[in-house]
Amino acid sequence: MDSVKIKASKFNFYYGKARVLKDICIDIVTNKVTGIIGPSGCGKSTFLRSINRMNDTIIGSRAEGYMMIDGKDIYEDQVDVVEIRRKAGMVFQKSNPFPKSIFDNVAYGLRINGAKDRYFIQERVEKSLKAAAIWDEVKDRLNRNASELSGGQQQRLCIARALAVEPEIILMDEPASALDPTATLKIEELIQELKKKYTIIIVTHNMQQAARISDFSAFFMLGELIEYNLTSVIFTKPGKKITEDYITGRFG
Amino acid sequence: MKAKQLQQMAGFNILRLCVCVVILVLAVIIYDIASKGIGVISWKFLTTMPRNGMTEGGILPAIIGTFLVTVITAMMSIPLGMGCAIYLNEYAKDSKVTRLIRMAIRNLSGVPSIVYGLFGVILFVQMMNLGTCVLSAGLTLGLMTLPWTITASEEALKNVPNSYREGALALGATKWQSIKTNVLPYAVPGMLTGTILGLSRAAGETAPLLFTGAAFFLPFLPKSLFSQFMALPYHLYIMSTQHHAISKVRPIAYGTALVLIALVFLMNLFAVIVRYRLRKVRME
Repeated sequence: MDSVKIKASKFNFYYGKARVLKDICIDIVTNKVTGIIGPSGCGKSTFLRSINRMNDTIIGSRAEGYMMIDGKDIYEDQVDVVEIRRKAGMVFQKSNPFPKSIFDNVAYGLRINGAKDRYFIQERVEKSLKAAAIWDEVKDRLNRNASELSGGQQQRLCIARALAVEPEIILMDEPASALDPTATLKIEELIQELKKKYTIIIVTHNMQQAARISDFSAFFMLGELIEYNLTSVIFTKPGKKITEDYITGRFG
Repeated sequence: MKAKQLQQMAGFNILRLCVCVVILVLAVIIYDIASKGIGVISWKFLTTMPRNGMTEGGILPAIIGTFLVTVITAMMSIPLGMGCAIYLNEYAKDSKVTRLIRMAIRNLSGVPSIVYGLFGVILFVQMMNLGTCVLSAGLTLGLMTLPWTITASEEALKNVPNSYREGALALGATKWQSIKTNVLPYAVPGMLTGTILGLSRAAGETAPLLFTGAAFFLPFLPKSLFSQFMALPYHLYIMSTQHHAISKVRPIAYGTALVLIALVFLMNLFAVIVRYRLRKVRME
């Protein structure tokens, strides 16, 4: 049936001596939305950031076990980190447009990956902005600074920027937590659209959001993967008492 | 209610007084120098050699000397200091060694300039056999300004949000690409401002020049980087304490001081303009 895009097995992650991910085993399905939920500090962001090895930048961090994308372990020595990050794009919690023009923001990833042809870049920027459902709002002011956009627009711009390098996976770290309900709705609709082409993993604090947009849900607590199943199962018939307590808001 | 307002008024007025005292002191100094020095300032004063045992004529060689030394200082301190700051802030891990290096740099910025002067004599004049000259003096001042340049540059780099670095890395940039395209463009204005302020302080230094190349009196311009030279601060020192006819040359001393202050002011102004223009370009 569904093919596996990302597979973690016995995956552990350490910050210095602290073990923040414990023996994580999970199969993430291609072209589906997987929601990661759990209380603060449970390791969900760390898990997300270990899929594109963004945690490498933290001094004293260390990974153990396997994290495979398309069957290849991404923590092996000869792996090119740059290649992984191109393959697995990331959208951060706080939208982080660069203080450049809207156009240059989206073109950034293309240029650092060596694109020079102007028409190619223009075409790809337009395509990405359209895919991120922000083209109509910005097409007349591509040369304006990205900081002039509203919060929701900035976040969609960051999604467009991630799409421009044609990733296969999109990692989203609470992408809507700083947005108002309207802007959040737009992002959620966008995610539904994007999953046709991309494998999406989204960390969220918002239970309703996880229930609305994800096909699969993974519940993390204290660095462990407690339960992982279809979202419909997790939210209606959770297998464990602790999962039920969390999603019904009895703690969190 | 009343007491609170009185307290507030008293507080503000004390702060106001502090500001007034500082401004007053500054104003008195500048007024004193300007009023006594302005008389000798003329095109001829700025563009001719000193004559008649420095009791007449201008201060051209001192202006040129200070200018050349400052250029050498900048050429040494800007690339080296910025490079060092980039390495420390972006690449070096936070370990005991880097903390020790940082502490050493902070301490070096407090070392008296005369110590740098003596060090310069030993290293550049004697060991490297450059002799007392423009180059030795410039390099010595370069060493002296390095801690300021490094500290200011590191501060500027720290002000660039980490999300710019992460955002670039997440798009597949190498570390160097992220620094070059997404960190430096936003840090350079701050780096340059700090550096220029450091240079303007160096331009006014006297002690390091004493041993490394400044001459008492030279009625000609330095022929090369290996010539001795005259410098404004040193000239001022001589005219106000060492000259055989001190009272006679007092106006020239004041004129020299005025030129030196104007030079430092211009450099600071330049720093402000650089920062302003680079910011504007960045925002467009």
